[in-house]
Amino acid sequence: MLKRIVYGVSGAVIIGLGLFSFYAWNPSIDPITPPVKSDYSQQVIEQGKVLAAAGYCSTCHTPAGGKPYAGNYEMHTEFGTIYSSNITPDVETGIGSWSEEAFNRAMRSGVSRDGHHLLPAFPFEHFNKMTDEDIRAVYAYIMTSVPAVNQVKKENGIPFPLNIRWLQAGWKLLFADTQSFQTNDNKSEQWNRGAYLAEGIAHCGACHTPRNALGGEKYDQMYQGADIDGWIAPSLTATSTSPIPWRAQDFYEYLTTGNSPYHGSAAGPMAPVMHKGLSALPEHDVQAISLYFADHSGANESDDPAANANLQAAIKAQHTQADLRIDEGARLYATACQACHYSSDELVKGRPLLTLGSATHLEQPTNLVNVILDGVRSDQGISGVVMPGFRDALSDQDISAIVAYLRQSAGQKPWPELQQKVTEIRNQPRFEQ
Amino acid sequence: MAKFILNGESMTADVESDTPLLWVIRDELNMTGTKFGCGIGTCGACTVHVGGRATRSCITPVSSVEGAEITTIEGLSEKDDHPLQVSWKNLQVPQCGYCQSGQIMQAAALLKDIPKPTDKDIDAVMGGNLCRCMTYVRIRSAIHEAANAIEIKGVQS
Repeated sequence: MLKRIVYGVSGAVIIGLGLFSFYAWNPSIDPITPPVKSDYSQQVIEQGKVLAAAGYCSTCHTPAGGKPYAGNYEMHTEFGTIYSSNITPDVETGIGSWSEEAFNRAMRSGVSRDGHHLLPAFPFEHFNKMTDEDIRAVYAYIMTSVPAVNQVKKENGIPFPLNIRWLQAGWKLLFADTQSFQTNDNKSEQWNRGAYLAEGIAHCGACHTPRNALGGEKYDQMYQGADIDGWIAPSLTATSTSPIPWRAQDFYEYLTTGNSPYHGSAAGPMAPVMHKGLSALPEHDVQAISLYFADHSGANESDDPAANANLQAAIKAQHTQADLRIDEGARLYATACQACHYSSDELVKGRPLLTLGSATHLEQPTNLVNVILDGVRSDQGISGVVMPGFRDALSDQDISAIVAYLRQSAGQKPWPELQQKVTEIRNQPRFEQ
Repeated sequence: MAKFILNGESMTADVESDTPLLWVIRDELNMTGTKFGCGIGTCGACTVHVGGRATRSCITPVSSVEGAEITTIEGLSEKDDHPLQVSWKNLQVPQCGYCQSGQIMQAAALLKDIPKPTDKDIDAVMGGNLCRCMTYVRIRSAIHEAANAIEIKGVQS
């Protein structure tokens, strides 16, 4: 009897492993010589250029000061350090020998030309939502218009056993959304266009959707916000803690100018998303994305933020100043911040009212402290305008005093262990472009 | 190599990317109207405009103003006749003068956003610009005078 059970279990395990191996195994696709421009119409190549921008391919495939698309951009994940691949059409070290079929397979299922599984830092489950034509256009652009760069990819710092690539097949089986894009017939054509772009090429959920312990996106909490790269990607849904709801026109203004006066500026990893990414898309596509997210946020499009009670309260609150001799945070705020972060009776774009800003209302001070430490460059937030960084000017104690003062002025409960948190944020690696 | 536009002219400076903008303006480009005060962005003496907004140049690394338009006190007006410069002279605002270019640059940015500021508005926005000679009362008057002049003449600041 015992023998039978042992045989039975062993048999099941062997069959299971056999089936899994069959599932996990992918054939190598034959190498090719790279295509040339004349193989594609100019229109397809142009379309690919726009899509490659809207997918921020170069953001993650180019390190600071490096050659575009040549890889080795460093990503710090909780599973170890990962370096992005060289996706220039270099035959030896890039994807020059990849056929359209190999590229399509990689984009859809995260499998390299030679058959090995790519790590899910590459958001293939989003790119899988794209149409074959759009994937082909991206391929046409990269293969014919990106200069080939011979540069070997650095070894990832992923420890054993997570570095065993065929285990990725198990990850995909458990966590990856393998469905193609589904049109929602109850929604408008514009909404569906926005959904197609946001869920697909723009892979918004890769940062804004929380992930489980093994890094799989929690699809039942889509766009509800997550920690990413030392920043918080805020919730884009009705769970947002922003005092003023995001309407489609607010998303549109934010995505086209890098700032919404009622919510804040695009800093950190969000800055290249619009300045190097979505800015390439035609206006109507950004409008479609905005409409799609406004549906998630649930804001009423006809509500006037200027009449919002939270805005009125925030404007009024800045006129009642604390006693500067007693309150250190108020004093530091008055000297270091208020010259710009003050509006009279009306909100002025470029004078962000921080008691209203999303960063002040998140569950953690991460984004607010990041911006105080390193400011906002001219190519982030509103183009051509900067905020200085106070990293070498203010101590952790100073910064936590300012942050605590702001948080209190915004009517929020204090962030716990704030000063320790500021120290942690100061010491975390900064690697965004 | 840092590249930006200073008072309407394209500039390049061969400096480390983390060099403060103030050092580049004063030491590399020899524009000494902008002053060094505290060095930690809390006194306002180093205020310049970046993209039209008052910015403390002592804590702004030059890498962060790549391609941006910068205006210093030297470039605020063609003939030193910005309404603030006029009212500053009328009311003899400066005493030692050290903080005054920063004061004027900050006030110019204030009047763009809030053309008719109240005393409270002025105190809030100018509070980060320190003056050891205590010329604050004259600074406030001069800002009101300039605001009136701009309103009457329709002068664009």
